[in-house]
Amino acid sequence: MSEHITNLTDASFDEHVKSADLPVLVDFWAEWCGPCKMIAPILEEIASEHGDKLEIVKLNIDDNLDITRRFDVMSIPTLILFKDGEPQARMVGAKGKGQLLQEISAHL
Amino acid sequence: MTQSRHVIIVGSGPAGLTAAIYTARAQLEPLVIEGEPSSTSDQPGGQLMLTTEVENFPGFVDGIMGPELMQAFRGQAARFGAEFETAKVSRIDLESRPFRLWIGDPDAAEPTYEADAVIVATGAQSLMLGLPNEERLLGHGVSTCATCDGFFFRDLPIVVVGGGDSALEEALFLTRFANSVTIVHRREEFRASKVMQQRALEHPKITVRWNSTVVDILGENKVTGIILEDTVNGERDELDVSGVFVAIGHRPNTDLFKGQLTMEDTGYLVTEAATTATNIDGVFACGDVQDHRYRQAITAAGSGCMAAIDVERWLESRAG
Repeated sequence: MSEHITNLTDASFDEHVKSADLPVLVDFWAEWCGPCKMIAPILEEIASEHGDKLEIVKLNIDDNLDITRRFDVMSIPTLILFKDGEPQARMVGAKGKGQLLQEISAHL
Repeated sequence: MTQSRHVIIVGSGPAGLTAAIYTARAQLEPLVIEGEPSSTSDQPGGQLMLTTEVENFPGFVDGIMGPELMQAFRGQAARFGAEFETAKVSRIDLESRPFRLWIGDPDAAEPTYEADAVIVATGAQSLMLGLPNEERLLGHGVSTCATCDGFFFRDLPIVVVGGGDSALEEALFLTRFANSVTIVHRREEFRASKVMQQRALEHPKITVRWNSTVVDILGENKVTGIILEDTVNGERDELDVSGVFVAIGHRPNTDLFKGQLTMEDTGYLVTEAATTATNIDGVFACGDVQDHRYRQAITAAGSGCMAAIDVERWLESRAG
């Protein structure tokens, strides 16, 4: 398991995201999603390199349908950036590291 | 620092990775610039990374999953010493010798790589409908990846646009989730293979709207329906759907080579008959980027092998 990325659940999501000091980037993913697997190592790198600016967490959509539905996730991978518990930006689809960093930092 | 290579392969689908296997075994120490993650079929591993079961690749009696097949291609190339860079080429200069390739900043003075020979295997990516609401609703009911997003349409009505093998394959896959799948096709018959046509037409959840095109996608925050236009009489009607899956074909990934490599009006690279040679000596093209006729994993792999052999002979002839 990753040392930089926490796995959230329907039960732990609200408290974790609301009480976080840093902006939280949530990766909505599933085991059967190829593009999700492609970006997993990239998110891992971003988490370890930019851990001072944001926290990255994962939410498995198969096991956590409530949160997935609450944010109307209908395509994975979807990344949603939360600040103070509120969604600020949403990125849909797999992308390269450069582009992801650019889109994330625009909202930090 | 610019790194020099004998052969650089741009692209990592069946064509690029087969070229990598053959050039690696020929001890040309190939570098594969494999692309970056994406959900529109131009990702490392190519179009098969977004598919499920591949039933027609010879050698797999019971079929194989697309991503698994591509993982095996890559592993086989790596076993013989092929190296990989997970990035996109941002600029290429095929006028100079050796050829020059940039990763990252295309305006950097020095290229990232130099290569004696280049194999272009950048493939093709999914075409979108080009409707104003399509991009807005992408990820909110509009999808380019059935295997990624089918799950979200459990017991909901969806539409698949297109009439080729990929469209019918997506439609059949989506019947696992959706309560109904409508295939919208602009002609009165499918282009798809007979076996796929039969499976689709016989499926109880699938209906077909022939001679129809999607002219608008409806919905505030998520897709609620589409407007269809009959291509024969121009009549329009609305269909309530929650998901729109687009599989209307592909366009070759050749923007990088504009003005350097000869291409058809449609963007496909032109190769010399029965070889993989392009108009530039030392640059070879294989796979879907130069093939709008067959577009199969096996034909891409075959032409990747051809490109590797063409490169090997070309390098030998120069050395000799």
